Amino acid sequence: MTDWPRIRSVGLSGLLITFAQKMSEPANRAALAFRAAVEAQDWPEVTETSTSLVSTFVQFEVSQEAITTMTDRLRGLLETRDWFAEPLPAGRSLWHVPTVYGTDLAPQLEEAAEAAGVDPDTAIAELSQSRVRVLTIGFAPGQPYMGELAPHWDIPRQQGLTKSVPPGALVVAIRQLIIFTNASPTGWRHIGQTAFRTFRPGSEMPFPLSPGDELIFPSITRQEFDRIANDPTGGAEREALA
Amino acid sequence: MTALTILQAGPAMTIQDLGRPGYRALGLTHGGAADPTALHEGAALLGQDPNSAALEMAGSGGQFRADADTRIALTGAQMQVNIDGEPLAWNASHLLPAGATLTIGGARDGAYGYLHVGGGFDVEPVMASRSSHRAAGIGRLLQSGDSLPIGADTGGETSQTLPRDTRFGAERVRIVASMQTDAFDDATRARFTETTFRRDPRANRMGARMDHDGDGFATGGQLTIVSEVITPGDIQITGDGAPFVLMCECQTTGGYPRIGTVIPCDLPIVAQAQPGAALRFEFVDLDEALAAETRHRETLATLLKRRQPLLRDPARIRDLLAYQLISGVVSATADPFEKDKT
Repeated sequence: MTDWPRIRSVGLSGLLITFAQKMSEPANRAALAFRAAVEAQDWPEVTETSTSLVSTFVQFEVSQEAITTMTDRLRGLLETRDWFAEPLPAGRSLWHVPTVYGTDLAPQLEEAAEAAGVDPDTAIAELSQSRVRVLTIGFAPGQPYMGELAPHWDIPRQQGLTKSVPPGALVVAIRQLIIFTNASPTGWRHIGQTAFRTFRPGSEMPFPLSPGDELIFPSITRQEFDRIANDPTGGAEREALA
Repeated sequence: MTALTILQAGPAMTIQDLGRPGYRALGLTHGGAADPTALHEGAALLGQDPNSAALEMAGSGGQFRADADTRIALTGAQMQVNIDGEPLAWNASHLLPAGATLTIGGARDGAYGYLHVGGGFDVEPVMASRSSHRAAGIGRLLQSGDSLPIGADTGGETSQTLPRDTRFGAERVRIVASMQTDAFDDATRARFTETTFRRDPRANRMGARMDHDGDGFATGGQLTIVSEVITPGDIQITGDGAPFVLMCECQTTGGYPRIGTVIPCDLPIVAQAQPGAALRFEFVDLDEALAAETRHRETLATLLKRRQPLLRDPARIRDLLAYQLISGVVSATADPFEKDKT
């Protein structure tokens, strides 16, 4: 019997099911698969579900009785299978998001490459071919945390903060990538620039990305970028994942 | 369509309703009015849906003019207010005549005042809510010269008032344990509840930092905690050990540990605390928290019944002598039966 997964209460909002103490690919997959399973149960009390890196959050109208009932149900569901061995949920997409690496648009590529122990060309080759998954969405609407990159990309956040990176900035730290939704200060290094808008209020698809989606960031030239710079889709192509 | 024009905008005015639930998984918090109780009060005063969009005014109001007679209500932090120079009662409904100038000044006992209109502000909804959510880039701060469309008013009484709620200037804020409370040792939790904090002046719709004298409230493993879900009311302890109460427009996930979470019905106390106001946090158990929430919901449900006609206070009537106040007054010395005797 291990400590994990662990069920804890979240104030008066609901219950959190955490699969591990630290971020790992199987724990993230478990959280995504478990959220999909909870959604599929269609329990009428549940008002909202979400995932963070290694947890599933189940929101419902809390009372002593509701907590007892929901805890029993969640334990029952947890016991039905090995969540760490579960496949990813269905209905996910693979996105190709054109990216300019380095240049004045993304001035920290060299610095990040050095921290990862590779030369800039190797860094671009690796980053533009890595297929990463949306581990979680957070901080800002639609903003993806994606991973995991190869172990040598386990580079720390920089000591100081970059004052501001623009929307669409591709940044790296701790084997993860983020595309920024809004202009924001950050401790992550700015290695690429996309024209992809991760939150499009008022459009038919305000949140293009969902947790579990996968992304590739093919390298484009500055000229190609200028052509797509004002397109909110940022020239991205989407295909359904089986 | 009737519209309210902003002649002069205060520093931080936005349109707010009860928010935009359902998008946490996609990184968007609920948002909505910083003081939802004030929305319920405004709705009760005007006899309409609490989700009707109102104008939220942080710190101070502005000057407004409507192009048709408009029912209005004023709730939340008390602000100086007049129509064409004639002072009005706060926490009450009034008729704003077409073309008259409504002037709303600075907040005196709280942080957020609300201007409601009969029919609500009919700005374009985004994902089923009219709330501005500036952290997310939805809506914007309102500016002088903006014209806000007003929805069709079903009509009703004005000059109604509600008793002043106790949330203004309150110090005691009830909190419950949350998922990381036990990451703080007993001594730290005890010290936390024994400390009187002061609301930092920089508080906004995303969060309110709490200042105090003395050491911070660190956990042993603070920096290694994996990023987890955030709910409004969570009290995160940031790197320097200061508590930070997360408000309606907070982020959806965060890596700082949470020492507890403010129960929803007490969050307006934090929202309405003035800069420097004293606040204390007290842990209550689940039963007590749920009982408080139930009572709060009952209070909101009975607001309509508790409203009363506004009585004019003679002390606040400027041109008192112009009023005919003595009709029907009976002389103390006259004999009312005199006529019958003759």
